[in-house]
Amino acid sequence: MSDETPLIELAAVSVQFGRDPVLDDVSVTVRPGQIVTVIGPNGAGKTTLLRVALGLQKPSGGAVIRQESLRLGYMPQRLTIDDTMPLTVRRFLALTKNGTGQDRSSVIEQLGIGSLLRHPVQHISGGEMQRVLLARAILRRPNLLVLDEPAQSLDVGGQAEFYTLIGEIRDRLNCGVLLVSHDLHLVMAAADNVVCLNHHICCRGKPQDVQRDPAYLALFPGQQPVTGLAVYEHAHDHAHTAGGDIVPVAGEAEEQTVA
Amino acid sequence: MPDFLLYALLGGLGVALVAGPIGSFIVWRRMAYFGDTLSHSALLGVALGFLLDVSPTLAVIVVCALLAILLVAMQQQRYLASDTLLGILAHSALSLGLVVVAFMETLRLDLVSLLFGDILAVSMVDLAWIYGGGAVALAILIVLWRPLLAITVHEELARVEGVPVLAVRLAFMLLIALVIAVALKIVGILLITSLMIIPAATARRFATSPEQMAAVAAVIGAAAVAGGLAGSWQWDTPTGPSIVVAAFVMFLLAMVVPARRTATSG
Repeated sequence: MSDETPLIELAAVSVQFGRDPVLDDVSVTVRPGQIVTVIGPNGAGKTTLLRVALGLQKPSGGAVIRQESLRLGYMPQRLTIDDTMPLTVRRFLALTKNGTGQDRSSVIEQLGIGSLLRHPVQHISGGEMQRVLLARAILRRPNLLVLDEPAQSLDVGGQAEFYTLIGEIRDRLNCGVLLVSHDLHLVMAAADNVVCLNHHICCRGKPQDVQRDPAYLALFPGQQPVTGLAVYEHAHDHAHTAGGDIVPVAGEAEEQTVA
Repeated sequence: MPDFLLYALLGGLGVALVAGPIGSFIVWRRMAYFGDTLSHSALLGVALGFLLDVSPTLAVIVVCALLAILLVAMQQQRYLASDTLLGILAHSALSLGLVVVAFMETLRLDLVSLLFGDILAVSMVDLAWIYGGGAVALAILIVLWRPLLAITVHEELARVEGVPVLAVRLAFMLLIALVIAVALKIVGILLITSLMIIPAATARRFATSPEQMAAVAAVIGAAAVAGGLAGSWQWDTPTGPSIVVAAFVMFLLAMVVPARRTATSG
């Protein structure tokens, strides 16, 4: 699967605000069915990287190559809607022409937001909003899903569940996923590829390799490699449903949990 | 009913029907001060219209539109905050208008009626402008509705989903310019924004969807026009301000009425 044409390729992208480089020579590629996670400390340029990929930020150097048929689904980090606008969740989902009625009901069911539809969108909880935003993104049947800190308002259990859900969506739509996060273990478990960013790319690779990389350990001091046992079981579970390309990841994970 | 009252009522109702829906967007997009800035420049438009011998209404549309474009361009820089820019342009535009009017010795504009409206002097030509311009404005708003709603909720999300954000924003500003030009005669330069935002803000409590709020705002605006006219007739008060006071009274009354939106969240 990794031979497929990339959905999007950021080639040696640089972004500069004033004199400070926010992104310096950053290259990231996402292929169909691949989950690429960008991690890094606060202020590392993660969100800027997403904005470049989404076409919201023009890079000052490098190139962004998008597949011609690219359909983006974007889940912003947060969304606050002025209380003066009367807007139900149902209406929010339908703001742009997203999917057919049938699609809509199946997505609504999958994300468990059916009971929220009649609520004012301003009055649902952070976790509920997260699922509603995700629903809106996948209603477009994207082939590239871009998620900005998607699980930040969830507790650990909720986060694990959320990343499982992302994996399921990837399997169903066979879309690529580009997400940024600063929670480390959980998000890594769900990723095929991890990019460790601090203005430039510090290291990248399979999650378990990145966790042992000196550059990663320097960036996140105190992180013990491979402590999230449950998380790796997660990836393992996943391999059964996902198909060929994920098996090696799960295999290595298994070795690690044994060791 | 005397003819001039009938014309006044028809003119006022025409403006209210357009001002309600557009005012709703002004409220949602927090653009009240922006609307004020544009309407302050209308005096300059009127003066230039007389100076160049073109229709003042047309001149107002052009001046407001140019100011809107200037504002968008100036907002691209990050050196000054938006409200500072608006404050600079609002008062400069108004002062420029007053200065230009003072220079025109041959022309005696009735400043008070420009500033506060002269609804009792509405003519057939004014009515044609109000209903023609109003119909165009509503038609544009219907086309813009969906994308405008999308960028109001989240501009970047809308952009990623393919909405041409800048074009929609510009079109909406031109729309405001059009409404200002049309409403000028009714409430005057200083009070136009109130006819847009007070009915919309009042409607909020009775609406569960954006469309409902726009429609209710139009109705409330119409009621304010009728009430203001009646009050002005009864007590011999200035008509434009009376309309705004009527709208304000309804706004206050609506604050006392329990809101409906909690009922729908169950």
